[in-house]
Amino acid sequence: MHPNHPYRALALAGGLLLLTAGDLSAAKIGDLSDTRFWDQLIRFFSLRDPSLRYTLTASLFLGTCCGLLGSFIVVRKLSLMGDTLSHAVLPGVALGFLWTMTKNPWAIFVGATLAGLLGTVVVHWIHTTTHIKEDSAMGLVLSGFYALGICLFTMIQQLPTANKAGLDKFLFGQAAALSAEDLWMIGIVTILSLLAIVLFYKEFLVTSFDFGFAQALGLSARFFHYLIMLLLALSVVIALQAVGVVLVSALLITPAATAFLLTDRMHRMLIYASLFGMGAGVAGAFFSYLGNSLPTGPFIIVAASTLFALALLFSNRYGIIPRWIRNLSRDRRIQIENTLKAVYHVREKNAFSIDGIPVKALQNRRKLSPSEVEKEIRQLVRRGFASMDEPDPEALPDRERKLFLTPSGWETACRIVRNHRLWELYLTESVRYQPDHVHDDAEEIEHLLGEDIVRQLERRLNYPTRDPHGKLIPSLQDLSKTPLAGPSR
Amino acid sequence: MSPQTPPPLEIHDLTVAYHKKPVLYGIDLVVPSGRLVGIVGPNGAGKSTLIKAILGLAPPSSGWVKIFGKPYRNNAKRVGYVPQRESVDWDFPVNVRDVVLMGRYGRLGWLKRPGKADREVARACLEKVQMLPYANRQISNLSGGQQQRVFLARALAQESDLYLLDEPFAGVDVATESAIVNILSQLRAQGKTLMVVHHDLTTARKYFDMLLLLNMRMVDYGPTDEVFTYEKLQATYGGRLTILSQVADSLSQEKENLPVGP
Repeated sequence: MHPNHPYRALALAGGLLLLTAGDLSAAKIGDLSDTRFWDQLIRFFSLRDPSLRYTLTASLFLGTCCGLLGSFIVVRKLSLMGDTLSHAVLPGVALGFLWTMTKNPWAIFVGATLAGLLGTVVVHWIHTTTHIKEDSAMGLVLSGFYALGICLFTMIQQLPTANKAGLDKFLFGQAAALSAEDLWMIGIVTILSLLAIVLFYKEFLVTSFDFGFAQALGLSARFFHYLIMLLLALSVVIALQAVGVVLVSALLITPAATAFLLTDRMHRMLIYASLFGMGAGVAGAFFSYLGNSLPTGPFIIVAASTLFALALLFSNRYGIIPRWIRNLSRDRRIQIENTLKAVYHVREKNAFSIDGIPVKALQNRRKLSPSEVEKEIRQLVRRGFASMDEPDPEALPDRERKLFLTPSGWETACRIVRNHRLWELYLTESVRYQPDHVHDDAEEIEHLLGEDIVRQLERRLNYPTRDPHGKLIPSLQDLSKTPLAGPSR
Repeated sequence: MSPQTPPPLEIHDLTVAYHKKPVLYGIDLVVPSGRLVGIVGPNGAGKSTLIKAILGLAPPSSGWVKIFGKPYRNNAKRVGYVPQRESVDWDFPVNVRDVVLMGRYGRLGWLKRPGKADREVARACLEKVQMLPYANRQISNLSGGQQQRVFLARALAQESDLYLLDEPFAGVDVATESAIVNILSQLRAQGKTLMVVHHDLTTARKYFDMLLLLNMRMVDYGPTDEVFTYEKLQATYGGRLTILSQVADSLSQEKENLPVGP
């Protein structure tokens, strides 16, 4: 039941991945022949293609890096910061190109990082010196820098000399076209981020949770804030060529948000987010490999979003389906307890003189149709709470069909009646309700009271034996006074 | 206390401004060791700002603050801090123990993780605030009073000599309030010095040895008996007559019932 069990979440993650793989590949088989599909599958997993090796390694690195840093921006409510950065770096990409007039990845990397950092500084400056809030400041920087970047890109396209082919991959991303140098950068930034988070985990944790307290501790909270922002800017720059401007923030936010649904401890969130990021990366690389011209980036994000949707449906705490199942099983339990309570009431009416109660009496008490009562009885029998005395109607036409509770059924019945009457007594004695107002409330509460609360109520009410209406509150002693006989045959 | 020992807190001519608009003017203050000092004043008087300025979170535009004779940076380990409860996001993915352990982070060097001894301290602090059964709870499942106890436990885990508490009684239940008051007097008995931002005048007289009346400037500061008078409170709260008349009522009632001071 515990929502944070790591293995459960890992198993879930694995399961989800298999599911996505199954679903999407099934759609793909339609237009590929089976042999071709299996062929591709083997080729994919044997990593025979060098370009596939690049794409796959890049996807794994990017998934880790963005999952880790994304977790911090998600818990710090800075999700829009990823989007702002990815748009703000564009003019830097263009300037890096203009600087060398070639597509030198290092020049572009430096230009992009500087532009991204300038963007964060401008956001910070606007929202600390004016009364414009941070979200508006991010919106301003995002669109302003992006527009400037597009203008510069258009100018570059019109230059006669330069070798400008492939600049558009910064806009839309093209993971399959990554060069060895690109891969080096991705690897270095990922390892730097991983190292920083492992080494400074406690500093990042406390500055993210309570910035003022971190400063008061004497930690350089500001330094760690800027370190995270720098790593974020670097990771946005390396992710840009793989998934493109618009989808970078999804790579940061989606795996982290998925992890946040599944755990409530930061270190687990970091691990899950990087696993989800890697999983989405591999899935994206795989699907884009199946079809020749399919883009990797969008497939990575589709896979990540599918994981999120599945977590939303199935996560133990927030999942719609587990909640539905819990409600269903609770409703069923309440129904069974109500049937048992009705049996108690019928026996009480006869001063507990009869053991087996006629089905007819139960039906009258429950005010249900014969078929509904039969269904409830079957439930009781199936769960070992009762057994039926079913005389052969031809041999003994006069004998009634009778229901007998088993010891565990009788105990449950007594427990529910006790809860009901204790609660009524508590409401009248301690909360000063009128005795005729308490029944409906007790009908609900009786199914929810735990043993420790019952003990508290008993102590508080000084171990009562009679409810406000003068009826017996059954206790364990009463149980032994009314021994149960099995069905007589 | 020997004259050579520097006081836990000394503030000289401290002025703090936000966006060039001063919120605190020329505060001069020396807090002697082993006192429980209440900071009292109307909303917007700069009570929290004073605490933040002491901690170096709000940079002063003039003046200085010394903690045991040294600038804050050099003595940060000797100061424990309880921020306002609303200052953090309680949906953050940490549990109660994680938060209390953060009190130990100032004592751990770079690259060090909290060890067994730190966990033991955190456990003892949780026990002191009666939150040990909640150690593994995610913090979003706590009530306001429980959140405040967790913050207090985190400050206790700092094992400091001077404690600064920003509105620790805001929005907590009666049981938590009396538990916190208990812990504060225990700390004072151990010779610790405490400054507490407080906005309930009716209890201020009962809780504190000394009071600092604040309204953008220091209106008065001294032992509670001398400072808690109608004239001085009126000077602090200005024309806010409703508050004043309530306090005047409670003052006169208390004078009848409890003629003796501490």
